[in-house]
Amino acid sequence: MTKTPAQTAKLTLGPLLFNWSNEKRQDYYARVADEADVDTVILGETVCSKRTPFQIPHWPGLIERLRRGGKEVVLSTLGLILSSREMNDMRDTVGDEDLYFEANDIAVDDMLKGRPHMIGPMMNVYNEGTLARLAANGADRVCLPVEMSGKSIAVLAGSGIMDVEVFVFGRMPLAIAARCYHSRIHKVPKSNCRYVCGLDNDGLTIDTLDGKPFLAVNGTQTMSHTVANLAAEIPEMLGMGVKSFRISPHDVDVVHIAEQFRGIIAGTTDPAELLDETDGLIDGAPNSNGFFYDEEGLKYKNAE
Amino acid sequence: MTRVVRDPSRPVTTLELVCPAGTPAALRTAVDAGAHTVYCGFRDETNARNFPGLNFSRAELKDGVAYAHERGADVLVAINTFPEAGNLDPWHRAIDDAAEIGADAAILADIGLVSYARDNCPNLRRHLSVQAAASTPEGINFYAREFGIARVVLPRVLTLPEIKELNRHTEVETEVFVFGGLCVMAEGRCSLSSYVTGKSPNKTGVCSPASHVTYEEHGSGLDSKLGGFTINRFADGEPAGYPTLCKGRFAANDKISYLFEEPVSLNLLTMLPEVADAGVTALKIEGRQRGKAYVEKVVRAFRAAVDALDRGEDLDAAAIADLTEGGRETAGAYKKAWH
Repeated sequence: MTKTPAQTAKLTLGPLLFNWSNEKRQDYYARVADEADVDTVILGETVCSKRTPFQIPHWPGLIERLRRGGKEVVLSTLGLILSSREMNDMRDTVGDEDLYFEANDIAVDDMLKGRPHMIGPMMNVYNEGTLARLAANGADRVCLPVEMSGKSIAVLAGSGIMDVEVFVFGRMPLAIAARCYHSRIHKVPKSNCRYVCGLDNDGLTIDTLDGKPFLAVNGTQTMSHTVANLAAEIPEMLGMGVKSFRISPHDVDVVHIAEQFRGIIAGTTDPAELLDETDGLIDGAPNSNGFFYDEEGLKYKNAE
Repeated sequence: MTRVVRDPSRPVTTLELVCPAGTPAALRTAVDAGAHTVYCGFRDETNARNFPGLNFSRAELKDGVAYAHERGADVLVAINTFPEAGNLDPWHRAIDDAAEIGADAAILADIGLVSYARDNCPNLRRHLSVQAAASTPEGINFYAREFGIARVVLPRVLTLPEIKELNRHTEVETEVFVFGGLCVMAEGRCSLSSYVTGKSPNKTGVCSPASHVTYEEHGSGLDSKLGGFTINRFADGEPAGYPTLCKGRFAANDKISYLFEEPVSLNLLTMLPEVADAGVTALKIEGRQRGKAYVEKVVRAFRAAVDALDRGEDLDAAAIADLTEGGRETAGAYKKAWH
């Protein structure tokens, strides 16, 4: 694996989807700033607005620290907006003209109209018609939904409408609801949830009645049990013109994972090495790449 | 812009009853039972109820529109899946044909498609599907301003007070689900079924598809499975329900529960006065996959309730009891306690 591919791509560390303590979060991003070989770091809360008051005071410091570490910083926004309070919070957040934002809801995209911004994976971007419409609004980058097939990625990355990013590592966000499943499991009302989602740093694994791990819950979000890992598909995606790859934060050694992806992009690291390392790493969960092949998202399919 | 043709005998305040028509026979049944409006889809992946044996050919839609219009009812065509990249044509053709056939509106979810419809079939009224998950006045007003959306079908994530508040901040008509199957997750933003079966509801229009369902003996009982995963388990003699992914029993922290939602269906019949008070324009009944008998019974009950509401009368207790017999029901997200 010594050949240098003609194409290259950037690495993005996506927004933290889990409700880590501030201390844990600060330590994590300090290390990312100083040691992780990623081009872009996305901050911001995408899952639950109740988590944001604890984070907002730390954002300016984190942004500065990450920038000093040579990283581009993006601030992401809520995936499901349910109240005028949440909408006003979003308006305040995107009011900062010096920042580049990721929209996960059409209302936030509309607030960013005329400004360069990116579209997050929780928005339904399935085709070039939608991509063109969002580009007309100012979007210049998109992280495609996790269920996107390789065939569709090729069409959109090849369309040249905007830069395409693909989610290549982490438990996949599959659904968002008004209901909070962590609250339900812990039998506390959502309105007084005691932040029980903070008990599970990588989400809480859900089993079937016959004891098979099935899904994971993260507050109002439902995620895959399996861990998406598209390491083996990276060379193919480079050929399609994918411009960046997204690593989703987990309670694992992100510096090492980023280094491995960097090597795979450069053609100097065998994807099999990373796949071996990540198999079972997060709560015993296997790797998966099924969506890329237009099959069950939970599957791992060996490349032809 | 054309308007939905309303029965002139109907007072303008009347809630419009929008009823499912999975087949031409169901369309006629719904119209005869008192539907003000029916909704249906073409027989392909362009609509979110793409089940075998359902939906309309072009000729059937033409006949259905004629049948409904002769009786003062409107026909909406759901073209509410998300087109596959590089293959927009089937969806574009569905919009062109719905306009050509004289449907009263298209129900759309994809931003690119709404944009196409505005540019290419400007006289076809545009409704925003629940699959677009537009849950805020700002989101809805975006679709109205940019694409001339006349009505939005609200995602089932809002309480009635929240819907009332939303209606104060938008001119767009709102339509809410009042009866039938209930999505637990924000509609159109759920890849759970896709994760387990490889068939994306957003792309192919089928959730928890029958092709991936199996029932297996387990001791003296029966397991219902989707894609090989046990969704629920039934004791010997207990009726085995369909394994809709989000209505199953699962274990979390070793405790078993209906984690996402119980196998309930939505019924707002007794809450219609509050629904009207929230300022909605139309009531939607789910169930294009249902048979004629079901459609007949539900449409008749809701039409009687809407008419009673117009006359300022109480709802007929007998009709309510008839409708709620059997299955378990919920007011879902419309009540705060559900959240």
